[in-house]
Amino acid sequence: MKRVVLLIALIVLATLPLWIGNSYYVNIATQMLIYAILALGLNVLVGYAGLVTLGHAGLFGIAAYAGAVLINDGHGHLVVAAGALLVTLAATAIFAVLALRGTGLGFVMITVALGQIVWGIAYRWISLTNGDNGISINARPRPFGFSLVDAPEFYWACFVVFLVTVAAMTIFVASPFGAALRGARDQPRRMTALGYNVWLTRFLAFLFSGFWSGVAGLLYLYYNQFVSPQTVALSASAEALLMVIAGGTATLLGPIAGAALVIVMKDVASAYIERWNFVLGAIFVLIVVFMPEGLVPGCVRLWRKAVAARRPRTAARALEREVGQ
Amino acid sequence: MTALEVRDLHKAFGGLRVATAVNLAVAPGERRLIIGQNGAGKTTLFNLITGELSIDSGSVSLFGTDITGSPARRRAHLGLARTYQIITLFPGETLLRNVTLSLLGLSPLRWNPIVRLDRQRHLLDKARAALASVGLEHLADRPVGQTSYGERRRVEIAMALAQSPKVLLLDEPFAGLSIEERRDVLALIADIPRAVTIVMIEHDMDVALEFAERITVLHFGQVVVEGTRSEVVEHPRTKEIYLGG
Repeated sequence: MKRVVLLIALIVLATLPLWIGNSYYVNIATQMLIYAILALGLNVLVGYAGLVTLGHAGLFGIAAYAGAVLINDGHGHLVVAAGALLVTLAATAIFAVLALRGTGLGFVMITVALGQIVWGIAYRWISLTNGDNGISINARPRPFGFSLVDAPEFYWACFVVFLVTVAAMTIFVASPFGAALRGARDQPRRMTALGYNVWLTRFLAFLFSGFWSGVAGLLYLYYNQFVSPQTVALSASAEALLMVIAGGTATLLGPIAGAALVIVMKDVASAYIERWNFVLGAIFVLIVVFMPEGLVPGCVRLWRKAVAARRPRTAARALEREVGQ
Repeated sequence: MTALEVRDLHKAFGGLRVATAVNLAVAPGERRLIIGQNGAGKTTLFNLITGELSIDSGSVSLFGTDITGSPARRRAHLGLARTYQIITLFPGETLLRNVTLSLLGLSPLRWNPIVRLDRQRHLLDKARAALASVGLEHLADRPVGQTSYGERRRVEIAMALAQSPKVLLLDEPFAGLSIEERRDVLALIADIPRAVTIVMIEHDMDVALEFAERITVLHFGQVVVEGTRSEVVEHPRTKEIYLGG
C-alpha cells in the first residue's frame, strides 16, 4: 500500500512538466523541490537532533552567494558547485562550534545571531555582495551538455538532486549514526555514560544538515539567477523552520509536504488572496491545534482512525494481537 | 590491585559540601554496598566516579589507571557502567533498540551513517542475549512506553550488562519495585559473574545486606563507617545515623 502510493507519487513528480502544461506551474514545482531539500536538511537538526535553529537561511544563502561570486569571477560550474559547498561547510562548522555551546533556547538564540550576522554581511559588505542590489548571474550550468535554460529541464535537474537527497536521508535515518543522534536528542546524559561523544555527534549532524542546505542554496541561485539579502533574512529561516514543523519533524515526508504547503501559499494563493500570510498563519494554527505532530504524521493518524472506525472488527483483532503479545 | 579506587575526593556545590575526603577502595569481584540517608551524597558519588560531574580535588582510578581527567564517555570504554536511580531509557524505542544503543556506544559502528542498524546481526544478537539474561527477550520488540516499571528496571540492568563492564555501579536498582520484583532483580544481580565488580546504592536493607560483602556508610558527604557486613551493622555510628542515636 505504502509502496504503491510512493510509486505513484514518484511517477507524478517525474512526469510533472509533461502534463502540467504551463511553465509557471513547473517553476513553482521546482521551487517546492528546492525548498524541500532545504527543509530535509534542516530536519536533521530540528527533528533528529532536537536542535531548533533559526539560522539556516544563512547557510542556504552563503551557498548561493558563494556560487554567485564564483560564477561572476568566471569559474566553471564544477568549480562553482564544489567551491560553494566547501564554503558552506566551513561556515556550517563555525555555526556549529559556536551554537553547540548551548542547547534549547541558548542554541536557538545563537543561531538567530549568526543568521543575522550573515544578513548584515550580505547587506553591508557591498564590495563582496553588492549590498541591497544583490548579485545576478547570467547562466545556468550545462551538466553533460544538457541545457537547463528551460523550466522543464531545470525541474528535472532539481528532481534528480531531490531524489538523491531523499535517498541520503533515508540511509542516514536508518544508520547507527542516525540512531545515535536521536539517542543524543532524547537522553544526552545517558548517551555520554554509554560511551558516545554527544558533542561530536551533534557537530557532524550539523555539518550534514548544512551540506544539504548548501545544495538547496546553490539550486536556488541557479533557479533565480539572482541572490539578495532577502534570501538570508530571519524571515527566510523562520519560513524553513515552519516547513519542517508544519510537515512533521523527524519524519522523511513531513519536510517535503511542509515545503510544498508553504510554497503553494506563497506563490499560488498569494495571487488570489492578498493577505496570504494571514492564511498561512491560520493554517499553521490549525495544524498545531489538530495535528501537533505535523501534517504527515497527523494525516496518517487520522487515516488510521478513519479506517479503524469503518472496520471495527479488524481493528479489534489488531488490538488483540498487539495486547496479546 | 583495586578495581575501583577513589582517593581523597572533594566536591562542593557552592557552600554545600557533597563529598569531603572520600576514600573508597573496591577489590576486583567485590560486592560493595553504599548506604546512607537521603542527601548523604551517594548518587553524587556515582556521578563523580563516572565523570558526569567534575570533581574539585582528589583522584579516581579504574584497575590502576587514573581516570580523573577522562571524560565520562571515555570511562565507559574503559569498562565502567552504571544504572540510574531515576530510570533513564529511550522511551519511544523498543527494548531491543535500547540495549542495541548501549552496545553501539562501545562499537566504532556508532559513527557509521551508511549501513542499516537493523541489519547488524552481530549487534542485534548480542542485544537479544542481554535481554534474555534479564528475562525480557519475549518483550524485545515492545516500546519501553508499554512496559511495566519493574521491566524497565531490568532493561536498565540489561543495558549496563550488555557493555560487559568491569565495574558496575547500581544506583538503587530496587527502588519502586514490588516485593516479588525485588526478589527477581536480586536473583538477577546475584547471577552476575564475579568478573564484574559491583558497587550498589540501596535503601532496602533486607535485600541489600543479602548481597553485600563490604558496606560503606556515607553521611553528609563523608565516609563514617566502612567494613564487613557484620562490622558495619554492629557499629554504633551506623545505629546512630539510621536510628537517630
